[in-house]
Amino acid sequence: MAGNTPRRVRESHRKSQRGAEETPLVKWLLVGTAGLFLLVFLLLPLVNVFAQALGKGLGAYFKALEHPDTLSSIRLTLLTAAICVPLNVVFGVCAAWAVAKFEFRGKALLITLIDLPFSVSPVVAGLVYVVVFGLQGYLGPWLADRDLQVIFAVPGIVLATLFVTFPFVARELIPVMQATGTDQEQAAMTLGASGWQTFWRVTLPSVKWGLLYGVILCNARAMGEFGAVSVVSGHITGLTDTMPLRVEKLYISYDSTGAFAVASLLALLALVTLVAKTWLEWRQERQFEAAQHVETSTSRDEGTGPT
Amino acid sequence: MSIQLKSISKSFGDTVAVERVEFTVAEGELVALLGPSGGGKTTVLRMIAGLEMPTSGDILIRGQRVNDLPVQRRNIGFVFQNYALFKTMSVADNIAFGLKIKKWKRSEIASRVAELVELFGLQGLERRYPHQLSGGQRQRVAIARSLAPKPSVLLLDEPFGAVDAKIRQDLREWLVRLHHELNVTTVFVTHDQEEAMEVANRIVIFSKGRLEQIGSPREVYEQPANEFVARFIGVMNVLDCVVKNGQARAGELAFPVSGAANGTQMRIGFRPYAVAVSTDLTLHPHRARLLHTYFLGILLRVEFELPSGLVVRGRMTKEEYGMLGLEDGREVSLHIKNYRVLARDDAPLGSEMAAPVATPPHIAENI
Repeated sequence: MAGNTPRRVRESHRKSQRGAEETPLVKWLLVGTAGLFLLVFLLLPLVNVFAQALGKGLGAYFKALEHPDTLSSIRLTLLTAAICVPLNVVFGVCAAWAVAKFEFRGKALLITLIDLPFSVSPVVAGLVYVVVFGLQGYLGPWLADRDLQVIFAVPGIVLATLFVTFPFVARELIPVMQATGTDQEQAAMTLGASGWQTFWRVTLPSVKWGLLYGVILCNARAMGEFGAVSVVSGHITGLTDTMPLRVEKLYISYDSTGAFAVASLLALLALVTLVAKTWLEWRQERQFEAAQHVETSTSRDEGTGPT
Repeated sequence: MSIQLKSISKSFGDTVAVERVEFTVAEGELVALLGPSGGGKTTVLRMIAGLEMPTSGDILIRGQRVNDLPVQRRNIGFVFQNYALFKTMSVADNIAFGLKIKKWKRSEIASRVAELVELFGLQGLERRYPHQLSGGQRQRVAIARSLAPKPSVLLLDEPFGAVDAKIRQDLREWLVRLHHELNVTTVFVTHDQEEAMEVANRIVIFSKGRLEQIGSPREVYEQPANEFVARFIGVMNVLDCVVKNGQARAGELAFPVSGAANGTQMRIGFRPYAVAVSTDLTLHPHRARLLHTYFLGILLRVEFELPSGLVVRGRMTKEEYGMLGLEDGREVSLHIKNYRVLARDDAPLGSEMAAPVATPPHIAENI
């Protein structure tokens, strides 16, 4: 559980490192290989994105970003994420709660369904919506009669993004909630807390790392989704182009500075979320350490009651 | 009367977990619900708390019927087996939780938390998180948390289950002291009869969802209501006997019983302390060999084998053992001083009987 690594987990990692009796050669070989892969396949391309974007100077960079169509694509992407992430948080919490805390028929089916977007190609997801909501689709004529456009418009993009980002929050939360069990909630209830109070004060805080990580992943995917959105968007410049679509369009029209400028924004987003997450974890750890420090300075004997 | 259960039953689907259980707990009492696992005792505790609803019957707390009262409004303190501390909260926040929910004033919360921290010996740990505490400390935080909102009843589910033996002993004594100081009506669940005997004023014994007996530790030990209680509380030798000529016989052992026809099957039980042993082979009627000695500290458990292969468990102090000069393999004579008929599980038992001492008339017989 990457989102859920408080102090204890880290400490156990440290201990297991001590146990590994490999020769320095093997150790450096392994570390070197991993490092090389990261360097070649992750870090270099990432640096390259920024290098290309800023290659013609800061002026050209900002000019590329100020293009009205680019600005419109940024707005659309932010809007899509702003709709999809909260909806998926609500859905993810509900689904994880249902799976982790109750026994019911069809539970396995629900879990499988949650995973569906992971196993289906995003293009298929997009096509599904076209079949349902498109003019030739089942609901298309009905919608057209009422002047509601879903496909080749913002609602379609939001729906496709929702489909693709469906599993992220739920998938992160289910194992955390299962591990937490229902004891703490029951304890809160015996202390007089209502269901709502229990949720806000006990359940949510105990899964906050899983939730945060789920939100980060969900947000990254919502902003970065290409395939599904590409099918339903219609690529109307200035209207239904999201940032990834805009990057592609700029790139094929030989505007590499523009393409990389928008791409750099997407990359920056990823970096910012990762830094934010690391910072939050670091703060949490500091909090634990502070408490630990109090303990060692006034350490008490085990098992002694009040006297 | 603090807690009253009236003919409480609870079924989960087709399984009957608790059947027509009735008992009362007086104000300020410390009561143990004792029984083997699966006996329904935890279910009873959870029903008192309101975490489970009885299928039928009434539960009263301080005279008020609470069947329809949700757990939040029953004003109980509940300590879970694994403590269920809030992992994301410090010790102080854990203890303050119930007070914040009940909207106490900030200053009152602070003073109540300080008071409990003091009472429970948790000074200096207020800012720690549950995973930074030892088992014993966690348990004290759990009890402090449940007592903070001043509940009318404190309920504990296997409170000593999750800590190791040494701390367990300390905690038992501590719970007794705590109860003495606070005098809050307390009900706790345990499967350990020693624990129940040591801690509780009264013991409620369950088996298979039914109430077997209620009484003080001494009562349930000395006057068990049935075979189950007799065998569950303390150690007991149990022999399957057949009556012949007014005596229930098993191997060489014979116990006088009155009013039983020849061929009647019955079970006879006797406590280890009822086994008298002598190295004078002519003193007691039965010869036996000391099979094995278990050192339990000041008391020793000894196993004797009679020539027929019957094994009898006895108990003696180290001094007695030394004075008799016993060792494994030694031939002894023994006599069962007291025994009781454990006729059938559901029939009430007679009181303990003293065996007629067979006065050895053969003073110079073997010379």
